[in-house]
Amino acid sequence: MTSAEATFEVSERADGTKVLAVAGDWTIWTIGSVEGRLGRLPLSAGAQLDARGLGRLDTSGAYLIDRALRSSADDRSDPEGQMLNASAGARQLVSVVRRASPVSSASAPEKSGLQEMIARVGRGSVDIWHEFLGTLSFIGEAMATLVRLLARPQRIRWTSVTAVMEETGVDALPIISFLSFFIGLVIAFIGANLLAMFNASVFTVELVGIGMLREFGVVLTAILLAGRTDSAFTAQIGSMKMRQEIDAMRVMGLDPMEALVAPRLIALVIMTPLLAFAAALAGVAGGLMAAWLAMDISPSMFISRFRDVVPPQHFWTGIVKAPVFAIVVALVGCRQGLLVEADVNSLGRRTTSSVVQSIFIVIALDAVFAVVYYFMDV
Amino acid sequence: MTVASPFASINSPDRQDPSREIAVRVRGLTNQFGSKVVHKDLDLDLLAGEVLGVIGGSGTGKSVLLRTIVGLNKPKSADIEVFGQRIDRLERASRVALERRWGVMFQDGALFSTLTVRENVMAPMREHTHLSRSLMSELADMKIGLAGLEPDTANRLPGDLSGGMRKRAALARALALDPDILFLDEPTAGLDPISAARFDQLIRSLSESLRLTVFLVTHDLDTLVATCDRVAVLNYGKVLAIGTLDEVRANPDPWIQEYFSGPRGRAAMG
Repeated sequence: MTSAEATFEVSERADGTKVLAVAGDWTIWTIGSVEGRLGRLPLSAGAQLDARGLGRLDTSGAYLIDRALRSSADDRSDPEGQMLNASAGARQLVSVVRRASPVSSASAPEKSGLQEMIARVGRGSVDIWHEFLGTLSFIGEAMATLVRLLARPQRIRWTSVTAVMEETGVDALPIISFLSFFIGLVIAFIGANLLAMFNASVFTVELVGIGMLREFGVVLTAILLAGRTDSAFTAQIGSMKMRQEIDAMRVMGLDPMEALVAPRLIALVIMTPLLAFAAALAGVAGGLMAAWLAMDISPSMFISRFRDVVPPQHFWTGIVKAPVFAIVVALVGCRQGLLVEADVNSLGRRTTSSVVQSIFIVIALDAVFAVVYYFMDV
Repeated sequence: MTVASPFASINSPDRQDPSREIAVRVRGLTNQFGSKVVHKDLDLDLLAGEVLGVIGGSGTGKSVLLRTIVGLNKPKSADIEVFGQRIDRLERASRVALERRWGVMFQDGALFSTLTVRENVMAPMREHTHLSRSLMSELADMKIGLAGLEPDTANRLPGDLSGGMRKRAALARALALDPDILFLDEPTAGLDPISAARFDQLIRSLSESLRLTVFLVTHDLDTLVATCDRVAVLNYGKVLAIGTLDEVRANPDPWIQEYFSGPRGRAAMG
């Protein structure tokens, strides 16, 4: 489709009326070259259009011509009398476009950058407070549901529970074990180098054992679950919310708390300690491997020293944290999913904040545990 | 001067003139999903400047036909010409040029939910034209007005709009590049009768004032009566009948008879 370039010329008649003579094609593809010059033209009120040379015209071209002909931005008078030599189609197009143009462009008043920034900080702080309250009340609601379910265990949806257990527990086992193995390996190598300076490289066993059992096994598991499972919970429940499935459950008398949140919560509380145990085991195995490769500590020596110097209390202090982290991951994921609204944007936003929140809470709670254990002297 | 442009067809006096240029020419279209044959050797002409209504029962491939013409669905075999150009044999550049000449309005609007209505309408302009931002914004506001929406709708997000407003916003976006052909997929589905009737009027008046060629897939008998120059009935994988509403109604095919003489059909025909 070839098109002729859009051109125009302004002349003034003897009586002072300005005449805008347009030629060529005036379509959305051609008006780019004239819009700047035409916009700056001083056309007085009552200017007229000479459309003798006009080729093709579409609504965009008609809009540009009409904008120049209008005496003011709010001019809605009939443009019929202003057009000379225009075909019936062009007249109609210009009239249609003038009627369709908004009376004044409704744009929101610009706020200053500083004011906007302060407002954002304020909104953000209020949001954090509301999030905190919302999370607390959600935890309360979930716990109440759980107690109700425990009173009547036949209402627990065991099919969902086992499905979630497989999805979040069994399927996560390889990745969690792998990562813990490498973390154990890394800790052992770092420890070996540092401790060798004091001729105490055999303490690597304590370092790896206590570190893995008390902290890394369970925290690593929780963080991986936050990245892997928590985001899945938010996305699943969020897309159900978007497709009104949650509303459908509510009107059928199904409690989403009971049908969606409780099975995920129960499954994670069961699976997280097991995963944390597997992670600790894999981490210790990584340390054992490093000790064997780098320090000539044989596996049997590693294990016998492990038995002597790492008392089981370290294991228990670590594994006790697992159900707590499980509750955090499950509830944050489900809550953010239920908060998704109808638009695509909110699904992305909620999934992000779900992962961020659960990792943040897991690490903060871990610090609380550390302080409490310190004062309890365990 | 090409006949297909809105301005050029302005002087064509008679919308029913059979010797008019063909905007879309479909020959031998076969669509098959697995073992299910949707279209079998289907032929269809969309004449420049007409409003063609495509009807047919659920699953007869109305939407698939639309999607095939605009290139969203690859047919098993077909010879589809748009303004005389075989769409499957076009170079990339000319294909893009051709795509700019049609606008598509999807069934549920398919507006970008992260953009305001104005930004939605501006999106195709920003991609394809070299206009200034302020002019694009003004043009978008004008299209929003053309689609019959209030000016303050421009700053709202699609999620905040009612179903009818979303359809109008989608229509405004389909009109963004001043297309020659407008494809509408069930434009009035899900609207209340008053909004649907207004939408029908809007399509009719736009097609007349902007000289649009409209391909309209619908279930709505009232829409057929109010907007269409010709009607095509899809069934058994083919175009069962095509012509003016009266011609199609006279067709003795049992499905067509049931369609038009059922209680809803009689109500719509008056």
